[in-house]
Formats: sequence, C-alpha cells, structure tokens
Amino acid sequence: MIDDHLVVDTPGDREIVLSRVFDAPARLVFAAFTRPDLLVRWYGARGWQLVGCEVDLRVGGRWQFESQGPGGQRMVQRGVYRTITAPHELVCTERFDDQSYPGDTLVSHTFTELAGRTTVTTTLRYATPEGRDIALRYPMVRGVTESFTRLAELLATRTGGQQ
Amino acid sequence: MLTDLDATFAALADPTRRAILARLAAGEATVTELAAPFAMSQPAVSKHLRVLERAGLVSRGRDAQRRPCRLEAAPLREATAWLAAYRDHWAERYQRLDALLDELRSAEDGQRDAGTPDGGAAP
Repeated sequence: MIDDHLVVDTPGDREIVLSRVFDAPARLVFAAFTRPDLLVRWYGARGWQLVGCEVDLRVGGRWQFESQGPGGQRMVQRGVYRTITAPHELVCTERFDDQSYPGDTLVSHTFTELAGRTTVTTTLRYATPEGRDIALRYPMVRGVTESFTRLAELLATRTGGQQ
Repeated sequence: MLTDLDATFAALADPTRRAILARLAAGEATVTELAAPFAMSQPAVSKHLRVLERAGLVSRGRDAQRRPCRLEAAPLREATAWLAAYRDHWAERYQRLDALLDELRSAEDGQRDAGTPDGGAAP
C-alpha cells in the first residue's frame, strides 16, 4: 500500500468517499480538477494517460475524458456538470462508455482550504449498490489484466529469443 | 465470488455491524454481551448478527447455551484487499497531482517575485 494520507471509506451501500490533503491553495487544486491542460498532466494511473479532455465548465455543460492504457486500450468517460462553485465545490455526473453497471454516478468534490493546504473530499454515489461494488473492484481487476498482458508479452519475447 | 463480496460490503455498510465486528475482533462474545454497549434490544442485535453470518463475517459456536459469536477474518481480508487496491489506484493518481501542484505553486511564486520590484531580492 502506498503510504500517504488518502482515506477511502464506504459509508453507505452506494457510496465511495475519498479524502486527501494537498499542499496548495484551493484555487490551484480546483484549477487542476477543471482545466484540460492541467487534467491531462495528472488524471490517470498505472500507465493510463488522458489523451482527450473536453471541459465545458458551466452548469449543464458536458465533459469528456478519453484515456489510453499501457497496451493501447481506450476508455471514455463523460458526464454533465451539476454544481460549480469555484473553488469550493464541483459536482458532476459520470458514466463510462463501457461500464458494466447501470446508470450515472454522481461525483461531488469539495475543496476545503486551511492555512494554504486544501482537503479534497470526493463522494462517488453510484446508481446501485452492485455498481458501487463493481467500481471498487475495478482497479484490481484492471491491474491483474495488465499484469497478465505484460507477462504474456514477456513470455512472447523470451520464447522468440530462444527460437 | 461476486455475490459473497457484495454481501460483505453490504454487511459492512452499517455502522452498528462494523462496531459489532470491532468488538468481536477483541474476542468472541455472546449476543447479550454484544447488545450491552449498544442501546439496542437483543433481537435487534440478533438481526444484525444474521446479516453478518450470511456474509460469512461471523460464525456462532455450538454451545447451545451461549452460542458465542466469533469473527471470521477471511471475507474481511478479501474486502480489505479490494479496498486497498482501489485506494492505491487513487493514491498513485493523487501523487501525480501533488507534483503538478508543486509546479503550479512555484510558477506563481516566480511570477510574484518577478512582478514586484522588491519581491525577488535575494539575501
């Protein structure tokens, strides 16, 4: 487990809550969550990068992120902004094009600044409890898939070298 | 597999059930002992215990008189492993954000120093 101050909680059967302190004022953190030129620089993990990022930052405005995985896989997530109170609150819907659970997820970020540091609390509220549980499993499932892909590549390389 | 984990998360979603598990982590207990710290009737606690039992998180002893409850750690470990993987995914993402925010702050400080005549004066 990576050691930092990220707290993950599952207070109800449809929610995931993430909370983390960042060493920057809320204004900058809010910008990092809403400006495409900044989002493409951090949003993603485990070899996934944003290759497309559109943000229409107004209530009712749409957003769309396209990510590319380490094996060239593409993944699109999109939604609509519901509440924008810069730099304190950002609420939007989210849906992955290939998601295996029903409905939109409501994503609420709050940015609370204290002495130049900002706590970001993200509440993800899924349409169903099953959707929440699938989302919780997703990074591990994906991580396992990626490991097997790398292993398969490694084995293919080694086998090729022996021939 | 999938259904088991759903049952685990559903069972863990309730604060009273989490408190019961925390109590059982310290050792087995009877329903009466479990009900004591909660302002709750024994039937209410029994209801929570049935949910925990169905999720495989709690088992009951065979002693017909006491039927002590004990914590079953395996499903809890599995659920914790899923949570840890989820957490690590976000932790990695947020570490990238840390780096970006550092850079943005430095850039702002640089601009401020350049913008004010005395601001950039080195000691």
